[in-house]
Amino acid sequence: MSLDVQAAVVRRESDRALRRLDWALLPAVLALCLLGGVLVTSAGRNGALHEGADPQALLKHHLANVAIGLVLATVASLFDHRLLRAYAPAVYLVSILALVAVLSPVGTTVNGSHSWIVLPAGFSLQPSELAKVALVVGLAMLLGEQRDGEDDPRHVDVVVALAVAGLPLGLVLLQPDLGTALVLAALVVGVVAVSGAPLRWLLGMLGGAALTAFVAVRVHLLAPYQLDRFTAFLDPRADPRGAGYNVRQSLIATGSGGWFGQGLFHGAQTQGGFVPEQRTDFIFTVAGEELGLAGAAAVVVLLGVVLWRAGRIAMAAGDLFGRLLATGILCWFAFQTFENVGMTLGIMPVTGVPLPFVSYGGSSMFANLLAVGLLQNVHRRRG
Amino acid sequence: MRQRSRTRLVVLQVLVVSMMVTLLGRLLVVQVHEGGGYVKAAAANRTREILTPATRGLVLDSRGRALARNRTALTVSIDRAALVRASDEGRGLIGRLATILQRPARELWGRTRLCGAPDAPRRPACWNGSPAAAIPLAENADPAMALQIMERREAFPGVLTALAAVRVYPAPLGANAAHELGYLGSDLVGRSGLEQAYDVDLRGTGGVRTLAVDRRGAVTGTVTETRPRPGNHLVTTLDAAVQAAAERELSAAVQRARHVGDVNKGFRRFTADSGAVVVMDVHTGGIVAMASWPTYDPNVWVGGISTADYRAITSKANDFPNQSRAFQGQFAPGSTFKAISVPAAVDAGYSLDGSYPCPAGYPIGGTVKSNYESEAFGTISMRRALEVSCDTVFYKLAYETWLRQGGLHPPAGRTDPFTAMAQGFGLGRRTGVDLPGEASGRIADRAWKAARWTRTKAASCAKAATGYPEVARTDPARASFLRRLARENCADGWAYRGGDAANFAIGQGDTLVTPLQLARVYAAVANGGTLVTPHLGKAIVTPAGKLVRAIEPRAAGRVPTSAETLTWLRGALRSVTEHGTARAPFARAGFPIDQVPVAAKTGTAEVFGKQSTSWFASFAPADKPQYAVVLMVTQGGTGSGTAGPSVAGLYRTLFGVNGRSVDLVRADPPGGHPVTALPVVRGDGSVEAP
Repeated sequence: MSLDVQAAVVRRESDRALRRLDWALLPAVLALCLLGGVLVTSAGRNGALHEGADPQALLKHHLANVAIGLVLATVASLFDHRLLRAYAPAVYLVSILALVAVLSPVGTTVNGSHSWIVLPAGFSLQPSELAKVALVVGLAMLLGEQRDGEDDPRHVDVVVALAVAGLPLGLVLLQPDLGTALVLAALVVGVVAVSGAPLRWLLGMLGGAALTAFVAVRVHLLAPYQLDRFTAFLDPRADPRGAGYNVRQSLIATGSGGWFGQGLFHGAQTQGGFVPEQRTDFIFTVAGEELGLAGAAAVVVLLGVVLWRAGRIAMAAGDLFGRLLATGILCWFAFQTFENVGMTLGIMPVTGVPLPFVSYGGSSMFANLLAVGLLQNVHRRRG
Repeated sequence: MRQRSRTRLVVLQVLVVSMMVTLLGRLLVVQVHEGGGYVKAAAANRTREILTPATRGLVLDSRGRALARNRTALTVSIDRAALVRASDEGRGLIGRLATILQRPARELWGRTRLCGAPDAPRRPACWNGSPAAAIPLAENADPAMALQIMERREAFPGVLTALAAVRVYPAPLGANAAHELGYLGSDLVGRSGLEQAYDVDLRGTGGVRTLAVDRRGAVTGTVTETRPRPGNHLVTTLDAAVQAAAERELSAAVQRARHVGDVNKGFRRFTADSGAVVVMDVHTGGIVAMASWPTYDPNVWVGGISTADYRAITSKANDFPNQSRAFQGQFAPGSTFKAISVPAAVDAGYSLDGSYPCPAGYPIGGTVKSNYESEAFGTISMRRALEVSCDTVFYKLAYETWLRQGGLHPPAGRTDPFTAMAQGFGLGRRTGVDLPGEASGRIADRAWKAARWTRTKAASCAKAATGYPEVARTDPARASFLRRLARENCADGWAYRGGDAANFAIGQGDTLVTPLQLARVYAAVANGGTLVTPHLGKAIVTPAGKLVRAIEPRAAGRVPTSAETLTWLRGALRSVTEHGTARAPFARAGFPIDQVPVAAKTGTAEVFGKQSTSWFASFAPADKPQYAVVLMVTQGGTGSGTAGPSVAGLYRTLFGVNGRSVDLVRADPPGGHPVTALPVVRGDGSVEAP
C-alpha cells in the first residue's frame, strides 16, 4: 500500500474513530503522563540547580516524549486492522535487528546493561522497549490468525509462537536486562494462556520458568551482582551500602511520606538526591515522599484504571487477534507496574524496569503510548 | 471465540486486581504503619555529625610555666568512610598520600585500621578512636604538602586539611618531664602520665555540629551546633627550673659514673644504664621534680608516633627510655634503708644511746657477712653506725632479733619489727601518686619467701638436678654457685633465714623500692612522721582563671615510731653529711652545710650479676625540712661518689646556693620552700607566676 492510500484510510476513519474511543482509558493515561512530568521535574530539579542547568529541562523533555508518543498512539489507533497484521512480521524483524544492533559496538552501556543505541541530536533508543510492542503484535498474529471461531491453537502454533518469543527474549537477556526479559516472559505466558492453548503448555511454561530460575542460580548463570540485587529485597539491611542500598533508600523516601507527603519539591530524600535512578526506575518514590499515601495511591489507582480498561477491551474485542493484542498489553503493563512499584516498596527484587507513563525516558514512553493506541484500535473494532 | 479464552482472561484480570490490591496494601504499611521508623532513618540519612574537639587544657608548673600547651598546626586527616567506599579500600589513595606526606604507606595504612581489627597493626600504630571520626594522618604538615592535596581535591576524596590544635611539650627552661607529662593517643585522649591521669579535666567537652548533607555528602547547611567547652588547666607541683636542674644533675651523675672504674669488677667502667631522681615537698608530698634516665622527647608522640620512634623508646637496646625509673623502676635500696632499720631496732628493744661493735665481718649460719670493703670501726654508737654505714652493726641487731623471734620457725602471731617498720613506712605498696602505672615494690618478708618458694619450687628442683651445663662451659665457678643456689631454693627456699633477716636490715636481698617510695620514707622522717601521698596535680583551673578544685594533699598515715626516734634520726642523718659517708660530695663542692644543713644517707646496693646501684637519699634543711631528694643510678657505683654530687647540685638550685653564699631569693622556687599559692590564669590565656 502506498503512502497516500494509507493517508486516505486514516482520514476516512478519523471522524468515526473519535466516537468509538475508550474515554476512560485516555484521561487516565494523560493524567499519569502529566503526573510523571511533575515527579520527574522534582527528582531532577535539585541536581539541575546544583549544576546550573535549567530545572525545567527534564519536564520539557518529558512532555516532548509524551507528545511524540501521542502522535504514534493516534496513528496506531487509526491503523487498519488487517494492515497491522500484514506489517507484524516487518515490525518483528526490525525489532530483532535493533536488538542485535544494540549488542554490537553500535550499542551503549548504561548502568551495566548494553541496551541503548545513541542517536544524533541527543536522542537515544532502547530497542527492548520496541521489542515489547513487536512481540505483542507478533504473538497476536501467530496465535489469533485464521482460527476465528475455529479450534484452539494447535501444538505447532504454540511451538512457533514460543520460538518467535524466544528470540527477542534471549537477545534481551544477553544485554543483560533481566527486568525487560521478565516483562516479555509475563506477556508471552498471558497471551498463550488467553489464546486457548492446551493447559499442558501453560503448566509447561510455568514449570520451565521455575526450572530456568533454579538452574540459573545453581550454575551461576547470573552474575553475582544480579543475584545480590535479587535477594537484597529480602533483607535490605544486610548490605545497606551495596545491593540493599537502592531498596533501603527507596523505602526511606517512600516511608517518610506519611499520609499526605512532605509537599511537592520538599521531599528531603528526593531533593537531597539520596534515591538512585530516581527519575527512571525509582520515580514512584517521589510520589511516595512528596505526595504521601494520597498521591502514591492515586498513581496506583490510575494505573489500575488503565489495566481495567485494557481488560475490558480484551473481553469485548471483536476477534481473537484483537483480544490477544489487548491481553498482551494488559500483561505487559500489569507486570511492569507490579514489578516497579513492588521493588520500590521492597516486595519485589530490584530489576530496572520503568513505571509505565510516569518514568522519564523516551523509548519507554513511545512504546507505552503506542500500546495505548493499539488498545484504542482494538476498542474501535469491538463486536 | 471459545469459552476457554474468556475464562482465562477473567482469571488473568482477577490476578491483575489482586496485584494492584497488594501494592495498595503494602503502600499503606510502608507509609503509615512503618512510616515513623523511616522518618527517623531519613533524618539520620540527611545529617552528619561532626565532632569538634575541645581545646585541651594546659599543664602548668607551680609558677605558671606551660609544660604542655597547644599549637595551631596544619593537619591532614582522612574520613574512614571514604576508604570504605573506595573499590580498593583506599589503598591507592593512601599510597598517593604517603608520597606527598613523605611517610611510609604501610604506616599510614596501619593508622587507618581500627585497633583490634584482624588487619590492624598493634597499638599505638592503629586507630583507637571512633570509626566515625576523621583520622589524623599528619599533624604539623608542611603547608606545601597540604597545598598539593588541596589543589587536587578530586584525587584525594575524603582527605581533609585543616588547621587544628596540636599538643606540644615546650620544655620550659629545658624541663622535659616526659614520663610525668605522658602523651596523647592519636585520638587526643591521654594515654600516659598526667595527660592520662587528668584527662577528664584537660579534655573538656567536644562540640557537635549537625550538618545537613546530600547524597554525595556535600554540606548544604548547619542544623544545630553545640560549641565545644575547652578543657581546664592543670596546675602541678612541678617547678620547671628544678625539673630542668634535676634532669641535668641526673644526666651528670650517669656521665660521672661512666668515667669511674669499678674497684670490685676489675676497674671496668660503670655501665650506668639507668637512673632516677625525685624532689618532694616533705610536708605535702607534692613532687617538685621527678626524672628518669634514659629519657626521650615527649614531642615524638605528637601527631601519632612513627614506628621507628616507637621502637626507639621501647627497645631494650636503648634501656627502655619510655619507662620511668622514678615510679615504675624497682631496686634494692641498700643502706638508705637503714633510716627504717633504726626505728625498727628501737622497736626490737635496742637503745639509740647504746654502743655496738662494728667488726669487719659478722658470722651468720656458717658464713661471714662482711662490711663494705671489709672495714672495721671497733665499738661505736648508733649514730656513728649510721655515719659510717656500718653493716655489721645492723647484721647483729637484725640477726639477734630474728633469733628472738624464733629463728626459722617463729611461733604464730609474732611480727618481725624490721619488716613491720618497712610496711609502716609505706614500702611494698603503691604510694598512690597521681600517675598511672606505678610499681608497688616489695617487702621480702617470711610470707613473700614462702609464696615465692611455692611458685618456683619445681623449676629450682629441676635445675638442682641438672645443673647449669650451658653456664659451666664458660664459667664453671658461676655454674656451681647457681647449682648450689638452686639446690638450696629447692630444699628450703621457703625459709626466712638469719641471713635474710640480716640482709633485710641493710636494704639488700629481695626487697625492692621505687625511688618515689624512698623519697616518701625520707619525707616522713623529715616532717615528723606523716606518710604523705605523693602527687603532681595541685589544682584545676578554668581557662578563665576560676579555680575548679584544689587537689589537697592527702596523708596516707603516720609511720609507727615515736617523735623522739624521728628527732634522733634527723640529727643522725645530718651528721652523715657532716662527718660520715655523705660528707664528701658536699665538702668537695664547698656546699655551705653550716647554712643549709642536709640530712642524708648513702647507699651502694649490690645487685647479683651486676654492678652496684648508687643511692643518695636526703632532705634539707635538716633543722627545718622542706625538700626530700632521692637520686639513684643503676650500675653506677657508690652513693657518695656518683649520686651524692648531683644531689648537692640540686640543693644548690633549691636554696639559691652560689659558691658558699646562700641567697634564698634567687632560689628555685624562690624562698627556699615549695610554692604554695597558685599561678594567676587570665582570661586572655596569659598566666602569671604567683
